[in-house]
Amino acid sequence: MSFFISSPSTSHKSLPSAADISRVELPNGIVILARPNFNSPSIVFNGFIQAGSLADPEDKLGSANFTAASLLLGTQEFDYQTIYDKLESAAANLNFEGGTHVTSFGGRCLAEDFEMLIQLFSSALQKPEFPKEQVERKRAQLITNLILRSQDTAEMASLAFDQTVFANHPYSKPEEGYIETIQNITLEDLKQFHQKYYGPRGMVIVVVGAIEPQKAVEVIARYFGDWQNPHQPSPIELPVLSPMTETIQKKVFIAGKSQVDLIIGSVGPHRKSPDYMAASLGNSILGQFGMMGRIGDIVREKEGLAYYAYSSLNAGIGPGSWVVAAGVAPQNTQKTIDLIVKEIRRFVTEKVTQEELEDSQANFIGRLPISLESNLGVAYAISNLERFELGLDYYRQYEDLVRSITVEQIQETAHHYLDPDCLAIVFAGSLT
Amino acid sequence: MSENIVNIILANGLQVLLKEIHTAPIISQWIWYRVGSRDEPSGKTGIAHWIEHILFKGTERFPAAMLDKAISREGGSWNAMTYLDWTTCFEIMPADKISLTLELEADRMVNCLFNPDEVESERTVIISERQGNENEPLFRLNEEVQAVAFRVHPYHHEVIGDLADLKTMQRDDLYQHYRTYYIPNNAVLSLAGDFETEKILQQIEQLYQPIPPGPTPPRLNRPEPPQQGERRVTVEGPDDTTFLMIAHHVPQTTHPDFIPLLILDSLLTGPSNLNIFGSGISNKTSRLYRALVENDLTVSVHGGVGATIDPFLHIITCIVRPEKTPQEVLTRIEDEISRIQDIPPTKEELQRAIKQARALFAYGTESISNQAFWLGFSSMVSNYDWYLSVLEQLAEVSPESVQQVAQKYLRPQNRVTGFYIPQSSSQIQIHTESD
Repeated sequence: MSFFISSPSTSHKSLPSAADISRVELPNGIVILARPNFNSPSIVFNGFIQAGSLADPEDKLGSANFTAASLLLGTQEFDYQTIYDKLESAAANLNFEGGTHVTSFGGRCLAEDFEMLIQLFSSALQKPEFPKEQVERKRAQLITNLILRSQDTAEMASLAFDQTVFANHPYSKPEEGYIETIQNITLEDLKQFHQKYYGPRGMVIVVVGAIEPQKAVEVIARYFGDWQNPHQPSPIELPVLSPMTETIQKKVFIAGKSQVDLIIGSVGPHRKSPDYMAASLGNSILGQFGMMGRIGDIVREKEGLAYYAYSSLNAGIGPGSWVVAAGVAPQNTQKTIDLIVKEIRRFVTEKVTQEELEDSQANFIGRLPISLESNLGVAYAISNLERFELGLDYYRQYEDLVRSITVEQIQETAHHYLDPDCLAIVFAGSLT
Repeated sequence: MSENIVNIILANGLQVLLKEIHTAPIISQWIWYRVGSRDEPSGKTGIAHWIEHILFKGTERFPAAMLDKAISREGGSWNAMTYLDWTTCFEIMPADKISLTLELEADRMVNCLFNPDEVESERTVIISERQGNENEPLFRLNEEVQAVAFRVHPYHHEVIGDLADLKTMQRDDLYQHYRTYYIPNNAVLSLAGDFETEKILQQIEQLYQPIPPGPTPPRLNRPEPPQQGERRVTVEGPDDTTFLMIAHHVPQTTHPDFIPLLILDSLLTGPSNLNIFGSGISNKTSRLYRALVENDLTVSVHGGVGATIDPFLHIITCIVRPEKTPQEVLTRIEDEISRIQDIPPTKEELQRAIKQARALFAYGTESISNQAFWLGFSSMVSNYDWYLSVLEQLAEVSPESVQQVAQKYLRPQNRVTGFYIPQSSSQIQIHTESD
């Protein structure tokens, strides 16, 4: 067993690698990744199947999410009460969530309950019943969440941002849908969505915790080995995104709010893009490092305008987003926008300093073992390795990858993705 | 004290709790001060939280920018929290980089500058933080329920403080409070992680021994008199959702009734996760979820009992379904409360609640930071032995004791009922401009 040892911060054998991750592909296409950890008596698992909101019909947005939210309402083998009696009696967790490209899942239990959890998980994924009474209750919950969303300044700003930056692209549509579209979805729609899109091909399941990998694979193979869906379609291709050509400002008025939530940004790289690491380090300098980077320094520390002000890079399968967000008093909205746009302009036109880059590089390398402290953190990291085809030894190469980025690459990347004269500027709250 | 915990009190009164864990190359350090919103009279509400912000503004030796950079460069993280009874600052660091943060915490116990310009700049940051909270209907409702529940005791105001005080407190108020409460004999230092106890203890002694103890900090001695009848409060807002919040006065963590109350809460609303890192479990088999959500009265129900120094509240929060009234929900909750007051729970129900608690504790041991948190947190509200014995104490709870605490505390006379009532269906307006 060999590990990447080139700095005290990453020298510990706790970093996952091909040496201690078992990867098995079942004949039906399911990929299982397992890594043991017997330091605590618990096990977590997570992963995804290839069914997401990209498949939602226009008038039934939210179908993938509604389907995922209904899987535990009853199955051919277990009714609703039995499912939750089993789960909660064992203090175990199981959840599903519909995303844009995939439906993700996760669970946690004590080691002694692993097989019970996988049995429930398998039944929910392969044989859901969609019982009418429970589905209607779930619909009411989803609609209430959408009503709450409509009053949430941060969520409404985020929604308006996506509609602006990803106009005429599937990413402009919310995975949760709208109240009207959730009302349009019938029981039959849920059943058909499940029947058509749920299948073993492209499914990934990661198990981390107090179980030998071989045993984890055996249990999963027992419950999923026979799963087939001959009609499972190939993943949906994304259309090309038409870029914005000018700055667009969008205000969302919501009554009775003390604070305005503000988002400024543009399209960012996808996770597999060669630009990703340069953008990620650049983003750290712009609005993450220490107390929220340059943005936090100017908006919070120097001007005292906001409790939070930071930048973030959100990268997935398709085009991502690169944004600055802040929460400010309504009367300070324009002043904050001006400050943020000025900082973005500086970030794009001037190189970051070598010292700033080295700070963020050291942060990325040093925080890696901390982010991998818990089973959950490790499972998330391994799942990303598979999803974005990074390779099982990605964390072995991570330090070299981080250190290879130059200030010039950061400026090129910033310049490529962020144009201070072509930004989406979105804010939501009780504006005057 | 078992579990290989080292518990030492230095000559200046600082309590030090250390737990070696060698599963990952990490050390988590927490310094806890026995000061929170309970120590704030009218006019000074929010002062502990404001000081928590100023603790990050640095000292002469460790200017803020330098510290922030030094910790972040090592991949570490640092933050702080202020609550009713305590304030804590913590750092999670690679094990071989812990010296810096050991020095930092000792230094900022006495040497924070409280630069007037920085105090002023932080005033607007905290007002902004409060405004962000005010955007949430549940914050506004909780603030009113707490204020109505505590007419006398300082638990009556939110930790962040009232806007009036945030506008008027001055730098010297903050500094005096800092010198009074942030002293070694009012603090607990807890560390867990990849260290050698003897070696790190030496470092701690070298850093903290020179700091002199202060006079025992004053405490506001204003116990809440027993409530004489139900209190109701209504908050109105422009949102579209109705919330119901029911708060019963319950005793403090060290009271013998507290453990049966944890079981009662678990049966009614599902197990509470007291771990600060990590999620809990669902509550769909709890009595109130079945009574309310499955009978289409509410969209959700959650509950919890806070671990505090003085008697605080057990709070149940529901999102009411649009076609139902909060009064209908309240009646159903009262029915469920009467049921557990009339008939003790079964042994099977109790066994399940105990297994859930045991599992949540096991999940909590995955995280080194969570273990360091518990060392200090349990010392604030009780002591670490209390934490170590919680599972045993839970296992000894009888069905009758759960019934008795339900009878004793879940009475309407001991309750504050809060309603959040939407005033009108608000219109969302979207306006777009292009350059």
